[in-house]
Amino acid sequence: MSASHPASSNGSEPVGAAFILKKAFLSALVALGLFSLMIGVRTEAGQSGQLEYWTRFGDLASLVAAVFVGSIIVELLRLWLGPRGGLGSFVPPSVQSGLSIAGRYLAPALLIFTFLVPVIFYNQRYILDLGILVLTYVMLGWGLNVVVGLAGLLDLGYVAFYAVGAYSYGLLSTTFGLSFWICLPLAGILAAFWGVLLGFPVLRLRGDYLAIVTLAFGEIIRLVLINWQDVTGGPNGVSGIPRPTLFGIPLTPGEGGLAAMLGIPFSPTHRIVFLFYLILALALLTNWVTIRLRRLPIGRAWEALREDEVACRALGINITTTKLTAFATGAMFGGFAGAFFATRQGFISPESFTFQESALVLAIVVLGGMGSQLGVALAALAMIGGFELFRSLEVYRMLVFGLAMVLIMIWRPRGIVGHRAPTVFLEKSKSISSDLVKEGHG
Amino acid sequence: MSSAPILALENLTMRFGGIVAVNALSFTAQRKQITALIGPNGAGKTTVFNCITGFYKPTSGIIRLTHDDGAQYEMQKLRDFNISKQAKVARTFQNIRLFPGMTALENLMVAQHNALMRASGFTVLGLLGVPSWRAAEQSAIDAAVFWLKRVGLIDRADDAAGNLAYGDQRRLEIARAMCTGPALLCLDEPAAGLNARESAALSELLLSIRSDHGTSILLIEHDMSVVMEISDRVVVMDYGVKIAEGTPREIRDDPKVIAAYLGTDEEEAAAVMEAEA
Repeated sequence: MSASHPASSNGSEPVGAAFILKKAFLSALVALGLFSLMIGVRTEAGQSGQLEYWTRFGDLASLVAAVFVGSIIVELLRLWLGPRGGLGSFVPPSVQSGLSIAGRYLAPALLIFTFLVPVIFYNQRYILDLGILVLTYVMLGWGLNVVVGLAGLLDLGYVAFYAVGAYSYGLLSTTFGLSFWICLPLAGILAAFWGVLLGFPVLRLRGDYLAIVTLAFGEIIRLVLINWQDVTGGPNGVSGIPRPTLFGIPLTPGEGGLAAMLGIPFSPTHRIVFLFYLILALALLTNWVTIRLRRLPIGRAWEALREDEVACRALGINITTTKLTAFATGAMFGGFAGAFFATRQGFISPESFTFQESALVLAIVVLGGMGSQLGVALAALAMIGGFELFRSLEVYRMLVFGLAMVLIMIWRPRGIVGHRAPTVFLEKSKSISSDLVKEGHG
Repeated sequence: MSSAPILALENLTMRFGGIVAVNALSFTAQRKQITALIGPNGAGKTTVFNCITGFYKPTSGIIRLTHDDGAQYEMQKLRDFNISKQAKVARTFQNIRLFPGMTALENLMVAQHNALMRASGFTVLGLLGVPSWRAAEQSAIDAAVFWLKRVGLIDRADDAAGNLAYGDQRRLEIARAMCTGPALLCLDEPAAGLNARESAALSELLLSIRSDHGTSILLIEHDMSVVMEISDRVVVMDYGVKIAEGTPREIRDDPKVIAAYLGTDEEEAAAVMEAEA
């Protein structure tokens, strides 16, 4: 492989070959410097505690060679795909139009498939659980998409609202015995309230500063949950959270259960299927509201804010309320998802709401294409589903996963669905290239 | 209708640290007239604009706006977005500030934000899709279509604003400002970068905005052909102070203005040298 690639590039691009080789050589040099101590020399404590070390120059040489070859391959791919790795440069128009037609039917096809998942995989509990997990992240992604994708405000502490929602339901139901259907809106309202609370101090912040403060906010909520033992139960969390009921009818074996009322034999799968449709309904509600909001003045103001804040002010748009409503709306959906999480698990603890969750949801939004509903759903499927897919690879799972993400970002720097669909049109809705759409201030 | 001038600046001063960008500037812009603010680079014109449109808080002085119905606003006291929302002052920017990733039509819809927010019942009625909201949205689209036709961009309505040619973007920005329904339109160098034909079209557009829509215009402009052709009054600034005010004809012949634009010292020195020789 290493032999054939430089040869082919020598033939077609004599100028590029020197450049590629130079770059590969430099990469190899960096790798040599980096790995010489990490890989080249192995140190360990001996039996009596003395230092023992031995060299592994063979491993080092193969790694440096791999970096050299890999760099050449990456450069050749870049040469082949064009400077920005644009799909348009080498895919013929006919194929592209075919792809766009496929894209149009992808969303309805996915939706129909999702509706049928509990029917098709009724006896496969693992797939149903995975489906619930994916849908939870789809919903979180759609919620965060309002803040990051539409309003362009980078929020690294989204998990805080997820936590607020989960603890709202957990505490309200265990302390006051309120039912899930009463707590669900309450969880959303409380999360939205915290969204506004976060919004106030960060109104004047942009970019990195905004990211840091939102990150800190996420950590504050988690630390409060750990340390406020009297209310939250501290690290032990809240347990015995009631399972959801079908508007008051519990999904339990005994007398008043749903199975008994319908006259069918009880099965624990009923509850899983119910949870699946519950989170599907919640996610679709999020989607519907977001699509609706985009076509309303508030949604257009969010997008305008992402595009140019100064111009918004000149047009009489109140930046303060516009940003706060974006934070509140995103947080509300996070709160709904949190309440669902609590009722599904039956047990919540601060461990479930670490920064990693925020990062994962943000990665879903960025990978999907900021602002695109379909893209976010696909990204959640790829991230959560793909992560499970690689389970057989065990320790290499993270490696493969990281590599896949890097490749997608090279291939599509603006996410899976990078273009933007207009919210209103006169003659024809023309999708707007991602080059023109701004990423916002943070 | 109120007889007071639409805009009156009284002793407007703006300091940035030790630099006095605008020093005790007073002038008025008359109702339904085009007032041009000219001056050499760095004279403080854009600073005056930013004070009027709320992007800067002036160090001292009063900026008073009087609507046709006599309602008065002291703009140095208003929050930035209220200058467009309540005082009905719209502006364009020296370096165009459209929403590049949104279509031309969407740009004009965003400009009607405040009216549409009310019509959508602050999102609640809009979310439910009640008929009154749909009617309001349609009339907003009609208003946008009217202005797109007026500036000759109706064929580009569904194209991204960032994809439009430079001159088209300038006109779209004016259309967007007009969609806010302004009483006073402030234009910061609207003819910058336009060719002769586009400048002529711009002059025609601005004259029509003044006479057909009754909107008063305040503009900063370096293109003297545009200024002399369309302005009713001209205010000349240099080093943050007003050095002349009058009709375009008066300004053209004002020695102070000529001196400000062409410089004095060398000429005077040359004149003295000649006299001595």
